[in-house]
Formats: sequence, C-alpha cells, structure tokens
Amino acid sequence: MTTVAEVVDQAYRDDTGRAVATLIRVTRDFDLAEEAWQEACEQALRTWPQRGVPRDPTAWLFTAARNRAIDRLRRERVGREKTAAALQIAELEAMGDDMHEIPDDRLRLLFTCCHPSLALDARVALTLRTVAGLTTREIARAFLVPEPTLGQRLTRAKRKIRDAGIPYAVPPREALPDRLDGVRAVVYLVFNEGYEATEGELIRTDLCAEAVRLARLLDHLIPDEPESRGLLALLLLQHARRSARTDADGDLVTLEDQDRSRWDHELIDEGLALVDASPAEGPYQLQAAIAACHDRAPRPEDTDWPGIASLYDELEHIRPSPVVALNRAVAVAMADGPDAGLRLLDPLANDLDRYHHFHAARADLLRRAGRGTEAADAYDRALALVGNDAERRYLERRRAALIT
Amino acid sequence: MKYLLMIYSDEHAFEAMSEDERHEVYAAYDELMKDLAANGHMLGGDELAPTSTATTVQVRAGERLVTDGPFAETKEQLGGYFLIDVDDLDAAIDIAARIPSVQSGSIEVRPIAE
Repeated sequence: MTTVAEVVDQAYRDDTGRAVATLIRVTRDFDLAEEAWQEACEQALRTWPQRGVPRDPTAWLFTAARNRAIDRLRRERVGREKTAAALQIAELEAMGDDMHEIPDDRLRLLFTCCHPSLALDARVALTLRTVAGLTTREIARAFLVPEPTLGQRLTRAKRKIRDAGIPYAVPPREALPDRLDGVRAVVYLVFNEGYEATEGELIRTDLCAEAVRLARLLDHLIPDEPESRGLLALLLLQHARRSARTDADGDLVTLEDQDRSRWDHELIDEGLALVDASPAEGPYQLQAAIAACHDRAPRPEDTDWPGIASLYDELEHIRPSPVVALNRAVAVAMADGPDAGLRLLDPLANDLDRYHHFHAARADLLRRAGRGTEAADAYDRALALVGNDAERRYLERRRAALIT
Repeated sequence: MKYLLMIYSDEHAFEAMSEDERHEVYAAYDELMKDLAANGHMLGGDELAPTSTATTVQVRAGERLVTDGPFAETKEQLGGYFLIDVDDLDAAIDIAARIPSVQSGSIEVRPIAE
C-alpha cells in the first residue's frame, strides 16, 4: 500500500523540473516558482491524508502551485511591476490542469542553469536544484559544502541570471553546439563527483543516478544528438557497475576484481544498444565505446584490450590530454605487456606528477614488470596525493602486498 | 537591456602594426558599428587614446593625489568601449564576438545597472 508521502515524493521527483520550468517561464522568478511548487507539495501532504489522493496527483499539484504563484504575484508585485504581473497572472489562469499539455520548458531551464557566464559550481548547483529538484541540503551534502555556502551560491547565481540578463531560452542555432556541450559538461561533472568523489567516501550513488536522469532528459529533449546519446550510454555503462565497485567495508574494488554478476545488466543492455546503434566519433561516444568493451567482457581476461587501446588512440587524437594518454598507456600495457605501457607513461611524468592516478598506474605496471622497489616508491607518491578514503585504503593494501 | 562592452587588447601589439594592418582593423570596426546603428542596437562607442596618456586621480582624507598611468601593469589594456541596447546577455555576447579586437584581446560584457 503506497502512503500519501510516497505519492507526493514520487510526484516531486518526476514533475519538479517540468512544473518549475514552466512557472519560471511565466513569472521570470526562480524563487517564486520553486517556492510555489514546494508549497503545493506541502499542501498535498497536509490535505491528502484526510481528503484522499486525487485521481491525477500531478494535475492537482500543478494547479495548486499555479494558484500559489498567482497569490504571490498579486500580493508582492507593486508599482511598475503590476502591469507585467497582470499578464503573468492571466497566463497562469489560462493554463489547463494538465501540465503535460503545456510545451515542455525544461530545455530552456537547462540552458539557463548551464549558461557559461555562471561559475561552474553555480551551474552544477542550480541544475541540481531546479532541473533535478534536489534540496539545498542534499546538494550541500553531496558536494561537502556547508548548507549556507551552497544557499549563497544559488542566490548569487539567480541574481546574476536576472541582473546580467541571461535569457530563459534555447540558444540560437549557431550557438547551440557550444552551449549543448556546456550542458553535457555539467551533467558529466555531476556524475563524476558521484562516481569518484574527491574527498571522503568513494561513491555517492544518488548523485550518479541524478546525472543519469539528467543525461536521459537531455537525450529526450533534443533527440538524435550523437554526443548526448554518447553521454547517456557512457553514464549507463559506468553506473551499471556501481554495486560491484566497493566491497562490504566501502573499499574500492578494481574492474579486474569486481564480481561481474553484481553488475546491473539491464543498464548495460540499454547502454550497449545505444553504443551499437551509432559509430563512435565524438569524445563521449568514444568513452562510451571504451566502457562498452569492459561491460561486454564476461571475465576480466575476456576484455578486448587492443580494442580499448585503439579507442583511446582515437580519443587522444580528437581530445589530446595527458589523462587520456595515461589511460591509453594502461590499455597498451594490458594488450602488449607492462614494459610497453611504461614506455608510454614516462613522457607524461611532467604533466601528471600531481595526479595520484598516474603514480598508482605506474606502480601497478612496475609491479607487473617485477620491479617491486620502484613500485613501492610509486605507491608512496600516489598515497601522498590521494584525497579519497577508499582509494587510500586500496593503495595501502596494494603497497603492502608487494614482494620487494 | 543596456550593456557596456569593454574592449581589452594589447596596445603595444596594435602600435606595432603596419599602416595597412591598422587600416584594416578600423575598416572592420566601421562596418560593425554601421551595422549595429542600422539595427538600433548602438548607443555609443569610442576608441580610447593609449594608456600612456592616462592619469589616475584619488582623493584620500581630503588630499588630492594625481598620478600618471593606470594602476596595474597588465598585458591587456582598456582600449575602447561599445554601449549597446539588446534583448539579453546572449545577444550582447554575439555582438562582443564580432568586435575585431576579440580575435587577439578580450571583451568584458557588463550590464548597466537598472
């Protein structure tokens, strides 16, 4: 039996983005829109237990939110603002109950929240708050910042949207590719923060799940965009391994040691279908193709390492970066032996000296090459740089297991 | 909304240009300004004389302090400005991206406070 709280919770998760996006379009006021929707949900929690859950909870909530917004526009708009408010009220009153008959405004919301003139951390916070409907507290927890700090970040961002004239619109065609890339970067960043938290505990599955939802939304709102589809595939294929990535103590389990029966095969099938449907050309598509090579292998030894190495080769070609070069070196080592990998790692030492993954990868290859003493030094270097508890414990175990 | 587009560029590089090259830059500016004026977006704009002509004035505790030049030695200097009236920030960014100096310098886009 589902409780009222569960029904409201579900509606909140499913409909916040869409409801808030439309309320913002009409009122041009982020705070008013968020608060009106919030109050509608609170009203439901108060009244539904007595009156029963309405037949269409979303329609009820959206109507209640519109009424709250209309009340506030009547009360709060004074002087010169009154004319604009009257038009907004008329538009809100003219809307039918069925939110899904109104055009979906989430795309403009997404572009506004991810506008490049906002600081990157503000884009992330604003997207999670307004598009995904996370609370300020949830976002603050996920990014390990005090709640007031995050609240200020959101307030400043909303003020900038208003004062700098950031439009609430889908960008024109010529600006679209760049801006779409910007939206994808925010979604990817949310996923990565959840997938490999920079501090404290290793994985914050909730944040990863939100990123998957956002990637799905983006792919739904602008369909057939190869890189958006690539991003969705990449996130699905990585998120599918979430339960196997840590053990009972919360410690990191590498791909090689993961219990592959614990992978989420439903997500993998969905991700593989997306990868197989189009050629891998852009950076997200290539990364998705790499993730697919891992997820396809029933056992670690079945992994197509030469295939992965050549995908990294292509990725390095279109998006050269030391980190991609590092991954390519590791794949080459798996395909052709540790010495071949080490030869590719050496030239990266300058660029990646402060990056713990570089020293951890080097340590692993040195270990495989039977150079224990050098491997121990490399593990020490990685341990000095690592920020995340689970990874630290993992590196300590690997270092202790060396035969020197 | 009104925006001030502040044009920052390396004035020494500009001075080092040949007569022909400078002529080309001015022609590009003329063309853009004509276009903006025709669309009703242009409220004003000027090129500034080089920073070597600048004076900085402060009054502290009633005392007037007049010094030469701008405060900080930076690689790019404010060399001119456009004052425009457009719908929103994206429209202002589009115009900023068409200013000839954007190719080597940078444009700061600032809304005029309402």
